[in-house]
Amino acid sequence: MSVALSVEDLLEAYRTMRTIREFEDRLHVEFAKGGIPGFVHLYAGEEASATGVCMNLNDHDHIASNHRGHGHSIAKGVDVHGMMAEIFGKRTGTCRGKGGSMHIADFDRGMMGANGIVGGGPPLVCGAALAHKLRGTGGVAVAFFGDGASNQGTTFESMNLASVWKLPVVFVAENNGYAEATASKFSVACGDIATRAAAFGMPGVTVDGHDFFAVFEAMRIATERARRGDGPSLIECKLDRYYGHFEGDNQNYRGPDEVKNLRANKDCLQRFAKALTGDHGIAAESLAAIDRDVLALIEDAVAQALAAPNPEPADLLTDVYIKY
Amino acid sequence: MARKILFQDAIREALDQEMARDPSVIVMGEDVVGGTGAPGEMDAWGGVLGVTKGLYGKYGNRIMDTPISESAFVGAAVGAATCGMRPVVELMFIDFMGVCFDQIYNQAAKFRYMFGGKAQTPVVVRTMIGAGFRAAAQHSQCLYPMFTHVPGLKVVVPSSPYDAKGLLIQAIRDNDPVIFCEHKALYAMEGEVPEESYTIPFGEANVVREGKDVTVVALGRMVGFATKVADDLAKGGISCEVIDPRTTSPFDEDTVLESVENTGRLVVVDEASPRCGMAADIAALVAQKGFSFLEAPIEMVTAPHTPVPFNGVLEDLYIPGPAKIEAAIRKVKGYKG
Repeated sequence: MSVALSVEDLLEAYRTMRTIREFEDRLHVEFAKGGIPGFVHLYAGEEASATGVCMNLNDHDHIASNHRGHGHSIAKGVDVHGMMAEIFGKRTGTCRGKGGSMHIADFDRGMMGANGIVGGGPPLVCGAALAHKLRGTGGVAVAFFGDGASNQGTTFESMNLASVWKLPVVFVAENNGYAEATASKFSVACGDIATRAAAFGMPGVTVDGHDFFAVFEAMRIATERARRGDGPSLIECKLDRYYGHFEGDNQNYRGPDEVKNLRANKDCLQRFAKALTGDHGIAAESLAAIDRDVLALIEDAVAQALAAPNPEPADLLTDVYIKY
Repeated sequence: MARKILFQDAIREALDQEMARDPSVIVMGEDVVGGTGAPGEMDAWGGVLGVTKGLYGKYGNRIMDTPISESAFVGAAVGAATCGMRPVVELMFIDFMGVCFDQIYNQAAKFRYMFGGKAQTPVVVRTMIGAGFRAAAQHSQCLYPMFTHVPGLKVVVPSSPYDAKGLLIQAIRDNDPVIFCEHKALYAMEGEVPEESYTIPFGEANVVREGKDVTVVALGRMVGFATKVADDLAKGGISCEVIDPRTTSPFDEDTVLESVENTGRLVVVDEASPRCGMAADIAALVAQKGFSFLEAPIEMVTAPHTPVPFNGVLEDLYIPGPAKIEAAIRKVKGYKG
């Protein structure tokens, strides 16, 4: 690692990863209870990616996310209470209950939206980056997408456009091995998605997405390049999701004990915690204190979301032009 | 006597004045400059029909050539709009919506509502519509009803140079995504256009010609046809009121309904396909809300439900022309219940 992170940074990263894990684990439980409407796609297992990427960003930088967007949102600083309420469809939610899990957005935090359309985000990110470039802000825009979206024409078009216009974009391909129930080994014609970067004249690198430090370092380099005005980069994070494509997915396409083994042997949070308490000499109690804080935060967020009101009937017709 | 300029010059003037007024206004699209990266001249084309020519010289990198990647650059315009810019993106022909529609109807159109009012998407998609250029099935359509169908989009179909300028300036200043449909056969139309900047509000129809016997609602290129027919019929004692809605979304229901209340008869003229189009929509509106006004069945004059043919004989038959409009007017006027 060529840039040393402070203890405060490391603890902040741990808090973010733990918050995402706790948020998603709790949603898994709440969904099973029947309290959450619609489609929910959980990010648990992939926390090192969102956190390692977003630790390099500030509030003025932008990200666009995908359907599996809770982790990206939390890592970008979106309010956890607002997110939880939104996922429960409540009026106090980030989008006043009109977006839901797949459409959480917070432009004040540079979060341009989770997206229900696979490959919907990369073109939008080019626009955010263009705005930064034309205004000379030094800002960066990041497209998070999966191995599924890595096969979408919108992604290819956006990588080409970002390169042609030399935009400050970082494309982050989160390859969790499955696009819904179809393996990326089948659907991605090249071995590593990162190799596609060469076709668009940008650097591409594959990193272990379970390793916070590897993601952080790759993103640091890509972000610096973007801020310098040297153009876009592609980072492929190879990682794993612990839950199904969506909640309710029986995951019968996965191997026997696949998830159990991943949790036991590759878990990004355990790995990060071990590094913090080992190499970085951080007391285990410091992490335990964060765990307790996060647990209380999520508990409170769920309680508030459950108690929050539904949108008013009149909200049906607000925030859109209506004349019929 | 006011100054007269062409429709396409009115479009350019609107862009020019808004770019001068507001540095967040940017323009992008295929060959809107022309010549980027090529050994010859920059601003080689200024758009495929020269509508944006000259803007590069004044505004430099605020007008940008793009790769032929409509999803990426329309999406980039949408994304930039959410980040404080006011992009005017050119989708060369409306027929190309198929390769970028997601960015328009699932992204731009939805953000404000879906994000609980926390996003604005002030993007304008300028796009050419219409038959008459022997451009065949994939470069001649009037697909604005498909955009009109989508909540969250505003849709503009100007019929004159004056309207084109005022409506485009309004579109650029509007905080919602706007699909701005320019009929290619109107680019060479000349009309009076003030030099100063002005706006025309959306959702306010233009009563092009007053009359008492028949209401004729027409859009885009059809407005000129309908007006000519109305002038001719006036000589024979049939008085037509010609209404140009100017925007299909929002749509000025009141002006249409008030007119039909006075005339009792309605002809709707639309170059688009007949099914689920503007003619059907306006007919349904009047049938629902103005049924008691009607003294004759509503007539719809549209293209047939076919792709646009290449052959000139066939294309001329395809386009709803003055003869069909006149026949429809005579039919509703002569109707005896």
